Amino acid sequence: MDKQTCLYESHKTMGARLVPFGGWEMPLHYGSQKEEHHQVRRDAGMFDVSHMTVVDLEGPDARPYLRRLLANDVERLKDSGKALYSCMLNEQGGVVDDLIVYFLRDDWYRMVVNAGTTEKDLAWLNKQAEDFDLQIKPRRDLAMIAVQGPNAREKALPLLPAEMRENVTALKPFNAAPADGWFIARTGYTGEDGFEIMLPENEAAGFWQALADAGVAPCGLGARDTLRLEAGMNLYGSDMDENVSPLESGLGWTVAWEPAERGFIGRDVLEAQREDKEKRRFVGLLLTGRGVLRNHLKIFSGDTEIGEITSGGFAPTLGRSIAFARVSAGIGETCDVEIRGKRVAAQVVKAPFVRNGKACISL
Amino acid sequence: MSDTPSELRYAKSHEWVKNEGDGTVTIGITDHAQELLGDLVFVDMPEVGDNVEAGSECAVVESVKAASDIYSPVSGEIIVVNKALDDAPETINDDAFGEGWIFKVKISDAADLDGLLDAAGYDALVAEDA
Repeated sequence: MDKQTCLYESHKTMGARLVPFGGWEMPLHYGSQKEEHHQVRRDAGMFDVSHMTVVDLEGPDARPYLRRLLANDVERLKDSGKALYSCMLNEQGGVVDDLIVYFLRDDWYRMVVNAGTTEKDLAWLNKQAEDFDLQIKPRRDLAMIAVQGPNAREKALPLLPAEMRENVTALKPFNAAPADGWFIARTGYTGEDGFEIMLPENEAAGFWQALADAGVAPCGLGARDTLRLEAGMNLYGSDMDENVSPLESGLGWTVAWEPAERGFIGRDVLEAQREDKEKRRFVGLLLTGRGVLRNHLKIFSGDTEIGEITSGGFAPTLGRSIAFARVSAGIGETCDVEIRGKRVAAQVVKAPFVRNGKACISL
Repeated sequence: MSDTPSELRYAKSHEWVKNEGDGTVTIGITDHAQELLGDLVFVDMPEVGDNVEAGSECAVVESVKAASDIYSPVSGEIIVVNKALDDAPETINDDAFGEGWIFKVKISDAADLDGLLDAAGYDALVAEDA
C-alpha cells in the first residue's frame, strides 16, 4: 500500500491524477502537465515534495562524519543556513543517493534525501555512524512544499509566519533559514527562483491552500520532471545509481578533491577513474530530427552503439525533445538515436537547456 | 453523462472509427484515451500506401509522459494521414473526435466494422476500467 502525504486530501480536492512514485501515492498532474510546466517558467507553481525525507544530523561529530560520508565537502559551508549539493557514494564510487545538506550549527546539519531511497539511505547513514558521536533523526513530522517560478518568492513571502518574513526576504540563493518549526530554503529543482519550505505537517494543508489562493498553481511530478530535465538537473535512479560514479554522471563538479587528505567514502575509486581518459561522458542531447527522446534509447555514432539515454523527454519551454545520455568518451558533436528501429539525428549540447525561463542552448 | 459520439464505432484499444460510407473510414483516438495520455507532443504517422491489418500497430502518439501505440481497427490501405498534427499534435487533446483525426483507411473487409463497439458499449468498457 503506497503512503500518502499530509496533503493527499488537498490533491484530490484540486483534481490531481494520483500515481505510485517511490512508495508514495503522488500527483502526476492536476489536468495538464504542460500547462503546469509553463506556469512555473512564467509565474509560480507549487509541488508537494513531502515524500522526500528530511534527516537531522545532530552531535559533536556531525561535521567529521559528513566529511567522510559525502563526496562534496561540508567544510565549504561557513555560514549558518548555507546549502550544499552532494552525492553519497559507496566504497566502489557508485552513487547511493544525491542530496542537499544544510549547515545550521557545528553540531547540527540537515539533509534532504530522495523518497525511493530513504530506507536504504538511513541504513547506510547508521552503518557509517558507528565511530562517530552523533544522532541521525529522520524528521517524518515535517511536510515539504516547493514554490517555484519567477513570481514564487513574491507570492509566498506574505503567507509566511510574520516573524520569519524579514529573514526569508533577505535569503540569498542556496541559503536557508530555520524559524519556529519551519525551515525555508531558497533552493529548488526547476531552474527557477523560489523556495523549498519545510513545515509542521498540521500546518501544511492551510499553507498549500493559501498559496493556491494567491495564484500559485499546484503542479505534479510530471512537470517537476520536465522542469528539472530542462534545468540540467540529474534524477537519481535514472541518471545515476549505485553502479555509476558521479564522474560518469555529469556530477564531477560536486566532488571536492581538495583537501587531498580528506578520505571520503569512494575516493580511491574516483581518483583512479579521474585519470581514465576512456571513462564515459554524460552529455545533453537535443533531438534535431522528429520524435521524442525517452529513457534507455540507444545512441549511435555511425554504426557503432556508444551509449544510451538516461533520461529524456519533451521540453515544453523549448518545444523540442531533449535528454541526458551516458556515452563513450569519443562522441562528437552529433549522434543518432534509435527510435522504434529508425535512426534520428541529435546534437550534443551542454546542459542546462533552460535557466530562469530562457533557453540556454541555440535551437 | 457521456459525450461519446453515437455515430462512431470504437475499438477496445481506444480508437474511434468513422464510416465515411464510400469504403473508407477515418480513425482517431477517443477523448478518454487522450485524457489518459495527457498533453500530446508528437504523432508518428503511418505512410500513405501502407497496408495495415486489423489490430496491428500503425501509428504512435507521444505525450509529455510516454509513447503509446495506435492500432488500426480495420484492415486496408492507408490513404491519407492528418498532416496538420505534425505541427499541432495537441489538436488531439483539444478535439479528439474531430480535427484530431489521425488517418484514413480504404477498408479491405467491411466485416471488420461489425466487430467494433457502439458508443454505449465503449462507455461501458471505459466505466469498467475506471
